[in-house]
Amino acid sequence: MLLDTITYFALPVLGFSFLLVFIRLIMGPSIPDRVVALDLIALIIIGFICCYALFADNLVFLDIATVLALIGFLGTAGFSYFLHRRAEK
Amino acid sequence: MEIVSVILLVTGCIFILISAIGIHRMPDVYMRLSSTTKASTLGVSLIALSLMLHFLSLDLAFRLILLIFLIFLTGPIAAHLIGRAAYKTDVRMWHKSIMDEMKDDNGRN
Repeated sequence: MLLDTITYFALPVLGFSFLLVFIRLIMGPSIPDRVVALDLIALIIIGFICCYALFADNLVFLDIATVLALIGFLGTAGFSYFLHRRAEK
Repeated sequence: MEIVSVILLVTGCIFILISAIGIHRMPDVYMRLSSTTKASTLGVSLIALSLMLHFLSLDLAFRLILLIFLIFLTGPIAAHLIGRAAYKTDVRMWHKSIMDEMKDDNGRN
């Protein structure tokens, strides 16, 4: 029952939301829009990895999810640091 | 127990879908940030809780608690940083916004 839920509900919903965020990433009018979209894409990929760890019954993927959360935060912090530097000048 | 796990998984996916619709439809960077960061944090945490209830092992539970803790810690900090950078680089608010508390008497910033 859980596997059916993943196959027929969770993965299509996550894929559709990935598509919506990707449209915003393409046509976002300013740079902070794109950074917010990238942050949300990292979270959606963490959701994908959790669903796939359930689906494949393999727990190694959860470490990848943790590392991906840290890398997403580092990317957002770096982008905002450079935007701040550019605003100071 | 499996029913609870399925309910948590479906709720988490719906929260992530709500945040994606929010980032696609909202008119402004700040509103997009506000709709994105809260709903997606809650959604990913609910999916991780669903995994924890499905596997029921202590090793996995510690790893998932670490994941949820990291997401809850870094989400608001990242949102604050990028919102402040957006304000500093003069990204305009929506034209119907009525309040800007960071503006002083000389205009912006």
